[in-house]
Amino acid sequence: MSASSFNQADIISTVEFNYSGELLATGDKGGRVVIFQREQESKNRPHSRGEYNVYSTFQSHEPEFDYLKSLEIEEKINKIRWLPQQNAAHSLLSTNDKTIKLWKISQRDKRAEGYNLKDEDGRLRDPFRITSLRVPVLLPMDRMVEASPRRIFANAHTYHINSISVNSDHETYLSADDLRVNLWHLEITDRSFNIVDIKPANMEELTEVITAAECHPHQCNVFVYSSSKGTIRLCDMRAAALCDRQSKFFEEPEDPSSRSFFSEIISSISDVKFSHSGRYMMTRDYLSVKVWDLNMENRPVETYQVHEYLRSKLCSLYENDCIFDKFECCWNGADSAIMTGSYNNFFRMFDRNTRRDVTLEASRENSKPRAILKARKVSTGGKRKKDEISVDSLDFNKKILHTAWHPKENVIAVAATNNLYIFQDKIN
Amino acid sequence: MFPKGTKRKFSDSGDEPAAGGEDVNQPSSVAVRMLSSYSLQRQSLLDMSLIKLQLCHMLVEPNLCRSVLIANTVRQIQEEMTQDGTWQIMTQALSAANAAAQCSADRLVATEVLCRQTEATQGEQVLKPFPAVGSEGCPAEEEEEVVVEEEGEGGPQPPTCQAPLAWTPAGKRKMDSRTAEQVFGTFEIKNPAPSPDPALEELFSDVDASYYDLDTVLTGMQSAPKMGPYDLLESLSSHGPSPLSSSTSCRSDLNELDHIMEIIVGS
Repeated sequence: MSASSFNQADIISTVEFNYSGELLATGDKGGRVVIFQREQESKNRPHSRGEYNVYSTFQSHEPEFDYLKSLEIEEKINKIRWLPQQNAAHSLLSTNDKTIKLWKISQRDKRAEGYNLKDEDGRLRDPFRITSLRVPVLLPMDRMVEASPRRIFANAHTYHINSISVNSDHETYLSADDLRVNLWHLEITDRSFNIVDIKPANMEELTEVITAAECHPHQCNVFVYSSSKGTIRLCDMRAAALCDRQSKFFEEPEDPSSRSFFSEIISSISDVKFSHSGRYMMTRDYLSVKVWDLNMENRPVETYQVHEYLRSKLCSLYENDCIFDKFECCWNGADSAIMTGSYNNFFRMFDRNTRRDVTLEASRENSKPRAILKARKVSTGGKRKKDEISVDSLDFNKKILHTAWHPKENVIAVAATNNLYIFQDKIN
Repeated sequence: MFPKGTKRKFSDSGDEPAAGGEDVNQPSSVAVRMLSSYSLQRQSLLDMSLIKLQLCHMLVEPNLCRSVLIANTVRQIQEEMTQDGTWQIMTQALSAANAAAQCSADRLVATEVLCRQTEATQGEQVLKPFPAVGSEGCPAEEEEEVVVEEEGEGGPQPPTCQAPLAWTPAGKRKMDSRTAEQVFGTFEIKNPAPSPDPALEELFSDVDASYYDLDTVLTGMQSAPKMGPYDLLESLSSHGPSPLSSSTSCRSDLNELDHIMEIIVGS
């Protein structure tokens, strides 16, 4: 348990690949967005094939002050979602607790030279001195990447935004906070439609909040939202303007033998993700990942234990607040594998077909560039084998909450506090 | 927070182990010890939860999801304690202590959150108490189940909370007149708002949007707290045993006052 000193602002709070996988965006607690770009394969530099290098860095959100409540609004980036690329520029949505921004990232690597009306310094030429016409030529220049905020979607959320999701129509997107879900049009910033509202008339009756929401990848009228009570509601926007009544309600019946005071807390869903196919969705609660078939509401089709050895430690984890950590999960491009994070900089991958799972560690000490990651194991029984780590020596400050999988290839991005790790399949 | 070490008696006084009678009643004394261990664990969980609810971030809004989950845990514990009668005992001890001594703000808040009369649980069927999860220091699950069930079958006392402030799930506030007068009398004068308890107020006040309609009309206005800036100023100026000036308040009073002054002065 080393006390590493780093700037709190550098803690990575979200990781997301774009649609092609060429770009990888990260957001941090300090409100900055860093975009990495994959190097093109080239014969000159075979070893840097597929390496991600910094492409652009910009300050997305600044800390704000809510004067009415006398509270600060954190600049921490909660989520980044890429928009499908429509032209040479790239666009993404980034959000903090209250405001969503659409950023356009464009690059310039050519400049024009040989203007007629102005000389190289930009000063206007004396028109009487111009004796001949020339055609300006485009010359290469050092690549310059610019990020500019094109839309600011503000003042629509009273509570903290936890999710944003771009719709498959590529025109709208949804944003969800603790009690409401809003639908926006990407072009319109001064209004949004409220499509879910679970705020009770009397706030004292509040017992459940929205924890995540996502649009269906293909059906632009369908979305889901998860709750702190371990339920998922699928809604159809065609059914009603206010989707308070769900079309489908997913909940696994509770196992009465494992009931405890912590049952509800560990059932709270921290992330929900549709599969790329749109047939399944995956939910992450504190101890497990569950895969649901959208056609079966009464129980998940697959359940994967992430760190079951923590079940006997729930009291301590409640005390140190770790029980409230919100882990994310992700699918691989083929929907054949899923990945999620754990503590001690461990992350877990599950193969849905072979039912095999592996625990890997993202840490500088244990991974050198191009070295193969070694599988890790946490010892649960009394006897600890060599190379195993006992539960009591796990570092709960080193948590991997955010992971992302390349949409097409076996490349993964893992955020370990303030460090980003990118792992790839070894190619011989 | 509230007097610990108060001897807890369960609904039947017969459950109390006879002094020195351990040989004869060995199984039951073990059972009682396990049960009090469970109760202690449950009590410490309740304490922990209440502390978590009280401790707010100084500057940033607390996480609503976390607050709701903790509040639900407190409610669960309270329901279970009501079922097995320990709730009544604890609140009796608490109100006795409150009447006797000068109460600190901390205890006030504890009372606020603890003392709820749940109409729902009156007349409800007996709920099997939840088995404690095995954890560090917690007794093993199996033994707990056996013991706790025994206790549960003894039948719960009808929950009659004699605490100063009672609070139903429906949100209605009931005041037990005598003790309420003593404890919250001065507070009542300052704050005529219907919901004076600071702990849950802090929990939900920031997010209670009685000004919700304004949100949609006026840009830049998020939900306003239940008390407007002028109410706040009033309660701050008459400094007394107001819960707002207690340690449970999220921000220091001076900062509040400065801030309000800034707004009024229009800097």
